Amino acid sequence: MSTSVWLIPAFPLAGALVNAIFGRAIGRRAHWVAVPATAAAFVAACVTFSGVVRGATYTGQLYPWIVAGALKAGVSVQVDQLAAVMLLVVTGVGFLIHVYSIGYMQSDPGYARFFSYLNLFVFSMTMLVLASNYLLLYVFWEAVGLCSYLLIGFWYQRPAAAQAGKKAFIVNRVGDFGFGLGVIWLWTVAGTLQYAEVFARAGTLGRATATGIALLLFMGACGKSAQLPLHTWLPDAMEGPTPVSALIHAATMVTAGVYMVARSHALFERSGVALEVVAWVGGVTAIFAATIALVQTDIKRVLAYSTISQLGYMFAAVGVGAYTAGIFHLVTHAFFKALLFLGAGSIIHALGGEQDLRKMGGLAPRMVPTAVTMTIGAAGLAGVPGFAGFFSKDEILAAIYDGGSLGLWSLLLLGAFLTSVYAFRLLFLAFYCAPRMSPEAAHHVHESPTVMTVPLMVLAALTVVTGFAIGIPSGEGTLFAQFLAPVFPPHEVEHGGFGAYALLLLSVIVVAAGFLLAWLLYATRPVAPEDLGRPRTPIHALLFNAYYVDRMYDAVIVRPLFALSVLLARGFDAGVLDGAVNAVGRAVVAWAQGLRRVQTGYVVNYALTMLLGVVALVGFLLSR
Amino acid sequence: MTPVPVLSIITWAPFGGALLIMFTARHRPLAVRLIAAVSTGISTACSLWIFFTYDRDAAGFQFYEKLSLVPPLGIAYELGVDGMSLLMVLLTSVIILAGVFASWTLTVRSQEFYALLLALVTGVYGVFVSLDLFILFLFYELAVLPMYLLIGIWGSTAEVRPRGIFAWAYRATGVGTKEYAAMKLTLYLLFGSAFILVGIFALYVNGGNASFSFLEAEAAGFDPIVQRWVFLAFYVGFGILAGIWPLHTWSPDGHASAPTAVSMLHAGVLMKLGAYGVVRLGIGLLPDGAIEWAFLVGTIACINIVYGALAAMAQTDLKYVIAYSSVSHMGFVMLGAATLTEPGLDGSVFQMFAHGIMTGLFFALVGLVYEKAHSREIFRMGGFGRTMPGIATAFTIAGLSSLGLPATAGFVGEFLTFLGAWRSAHPWWLVPAVAGTLLTAVYILRVTRQIFWGPESREFHRLSDASGPEWVALAILSFVLVVFGMLPAVAVGPVDTAVVPLLLRLIR
Repeated sequence: MSTSVWLIPAFPLAGALVNAIFGRAIGRRAHWVAVPATAAAFVAACVTFSGVVRGATYTGQLYPWIVAGALKAGVSVQVDQLAAVMLLVVTGVGFLIHVYSIGYMQSDPGYARFFSYLNLFVFSMTMLVLASNYLLLYVFWEAVGLCSYLLIGFWYQRPAAAQAGKKAFIVNRVGDFGFGLGVIWLWTVAGTLQYAEVFARAGTLGRATATGIALLLFMGACGKSAQLPLHTWLPDAMEGPTPVSALIHAATMVTAGVYMVARSHALFERSGVALEVVAWVGGVTAIFAATIALVQTDIKRVLAYSTISQLGYMFAAVGVGAYTAGIFHLVTHAFFKALLFLGAGSIIHALGGEQDLRKMGGLAPRMVPTAVTMTIGAAGLAGVPGFAGFFSKDEILAAIYDGGSLGLWSLLLLGAFLTSVYAFRLLFLAFYCAPRMSPEAAHHVHESPTVMTVPLMVLAALTVVTGFAIGIPSGEGTLFAQFLAPVFPPHEVEHGGFGAYALLLLSVIVVAAGFLLAWLLYATRPVAPEDLGRPRTPIHALLFNAYYVDRMYDAVIVRPLFALSVLLARGFDAGVLDGAVNAVGRAVVAWAQGLRRVQTGYVVNYALTMLLGVVALVGFLLSR
Repeated sequence: MTPVPVLSIITWAPFGGALLIMFTARHRPLAVRLIAAVSTGISTACSLWIFFTYDRDAAGFQFYEKLSLVPPLGIAYELGVDGMSLLMVLLTSVIILAGVFASWTLTVRSQEFYALLLALVTGVYGVFVSLDLFILFLFYELAVLPMYLLIGIWGSTAEVRPRGIFAWAYRATGVGTKEYAAMKLTLYLLFGSAFILVGIFALYVNGGNASFSFLEAEAAGFDPIVQRWVFLAFYVGFGILAGIWPLHTWSPDGHASAPTAVSMLHAGVLMKLGAYGVVRLGIGLLPDGAIEWAFLVGTIACINIVYGALAAMAQTDLKYVIAYSSVSHMGFVMLGAATLTEPGLDGSVFQMFAHGIMTGLFFALVGLVYEKAHSREIFRMGGFGRTMPGIATAFTIAGLSSLGLPATAGFVGEFLTFLGAWRSAHPWWLVPAVAGTLLTAVYILRVTRQIFWGPESREFHRLSDASGPEWVALAILSFVLVVFGMLPAVAVGPVDTAVVPLLLRLIR
């Protein structure tokens, strides 16, 4: 098993290096390097997974990385059930998106660079999942952030893309400020950063210490997984190419926060308070982002806010201790959200770069595979019974209800309603109402090439079957939960019985209501594009501008910080410090200029001065 | 068989090169460069050799050489390296080798330029390998003084003209002219050396055995009162060279005005002389003094980190950004030292190395950009990534190391420093220090985005990527940054062997 584990990151790394170094020579053939590399990683992940299914786990170290005194951190990996699941998702979805990119990035001048970055991301993400200590986790936590930065700014000549890349990195850095402090604190109290040892000692930590560490770690998760109040980078990250949005900003990287919290559950449980914070941040974010998604006009931004909202669900789940439910939602979300993004990419491709929902409509007959698969994706997102999202979301709701947190539960139920509304709104606006694009644009609409539609179909199939295959609750929990049982403590959820059926019915009603509302608003009458983009009511304006959070940060943090920096550099450094230094210089010069006058060159003057000196000296000696 | 005096070879090879250049290479610019490359190449090869043959288990001072010079006064030519100076010697070699290639295209008086540069490097090597305080001071002055000429003659004057409400301050100080910068830097550093000289004499007088030998002073130990004041003298004296706040203002002006190779050497290595002096002489000889002043040293280091980063954020001249980033990063070095803990000191020394390489790379890149675009004004540039992808890539690597991205050398030093800070007597130091990395990300990414990303600026035409010998500097330095980020143990190991005895003396 050891070989297959190390091969998972090795293939994409090799692919990234080859395309980075020989990219100019490889040019348009870059996918012949990148796609097989990811495919090989996926195969290796499958082999590893089958090993884990048979009950094997693996830990191993490549080499000791930093050794300084008591600190020993190696490049060491571990594979358990959780890591195996994550690896399958990362390499599997990653592979599909690599294939899709062959079509989507076809005529881009930076073809080789794109695949190099994409492979580098798969490498970093698999290593993040494989890492067996917090320091290595942090390393690849930053590395995926770097890939995200590079890929958001892939079209670096666009000012918006350049800006968005920078913003993503810096906002993530704010989160990592906490994450880094948390890791350092953890090392100081636990004396090790190795997962197994840390969790074994978690019980001995003080409750306050555990809370502090857990909250600092969670701060990092908020940054990476775009939770309040560090969510602002993700919508802007949509400036990156769409496959990137699908892979990094929907399916894999942004879920790293959820993975990290689930992985560190022993620490969070020791604290208790921290778990509650996680749950509530997740719940509030879920509904906060869902309301914004209701009114966005950019198709990718709708999906971005939806991602933030769905990540909120995952955090709410892990926050109440329903780790398997959270991870299950992570998996299903990876399928249907990647599908939605890739579908959106297919539309954008068909419309020659148009992302504005106001200029779409009526696309269904012209691009049937995209329309069908995206409908499946939207159904998965909304949680229509039978689709993957239904199983995972319902499990989260049930777990929270069982946990007794009614407030959180009603918040998330409302969120489910909103999710259904915006998911179907997107669908109707893009595919099923009258066309609103210019006649010329309409003329050019065409279905994307096969290399792009096949990944859509595979993901659609996964969205349909995942729930039935591994998400059906039984006496011992779902199949998925049984598989993950060795990693997570059992979470008692009452399945069956009147209560459970009532909950199920309620969530179905909520989804249906959302669908109806979207249908009434967007499908029964022609939509006026100007109504969508021009807020008429203050509430609409508030949502349309995403609660003005960006503007607030700009006014409260960014501008004052720059003002301070200018004050320090121009005022204090050049004014006060250099002013003092130069004043000393000038004083010396002035003094010398004054003293110079004494040197008159007249012998008489010197003789007089000597005489005065002698008199003074004699007088001094006599007076003693 | 007598052992080869390898440290002397390392130290004096550049000096020999300087002499050869002065006497044999008049009007033969290529010969000048070849002599410079060969003489620094010899030093580099020897540095690598000692780096890998240094006996890590035995530790202590190795490759020892001693030649008595003035026995009645106890002055001897005494050389040796431990794990700490070992890394510094390697740093100096890498930077000077890269610097020789980075100034390959210099046209004005290249003979004198290279001669001075090489003489200066001999001084730098000398400080790192000397075990005699008197000789150390001589080398120290040799390293500092040629700067005046190098900046005054080959420097450049900033094109940025002051605007806005603080313009008066700029005009009044003459900031930006090379003459001003050269004068300021030299006076500042000489002011610092006065403190060092007094400190060394105080140790000589109080040591009791009439010797300048470092090893004897180390064994002797000093009275707490002496330790208190001499440590302060060393801290101020060496600290000025390390850019401690508020005595740092020579450094942005000096580094911005200096020619490329001199900026590389000065920010990359000379500032480390200061930090090395504080650690080796300050903490090494005066442990009680160090404990007494640790709070001051660490707190000022924190101010350095945050203040330098904020000041860098406000600059519009590319070279000033990098120069202020040095002020900020030297804060990490001094903070690590002030923690007086094992990870902290390991981190401090490693950070000296990492920052030296990264800032050397930065200045090499800035020099290249200036050479191609004839501008250092950030907001006039834009979209250079398309025309100079190689430079953009190297700049990104340096930037990522600067903001402490894992798997680059910058991360290791900072992380160890943080661990040390947390374990020190003042854990709150950690907060400004970690916030500093956040601010670093802000100004580095802002500069990267402005220069290399975005739409192409229309002001510049026919820009080109680095070519020929220019690649050598970029390749060497980027390579070292990444390799030492991924395999830090190679360097941390020997450093640790030097730090542990230091700490044992602290506890005693």
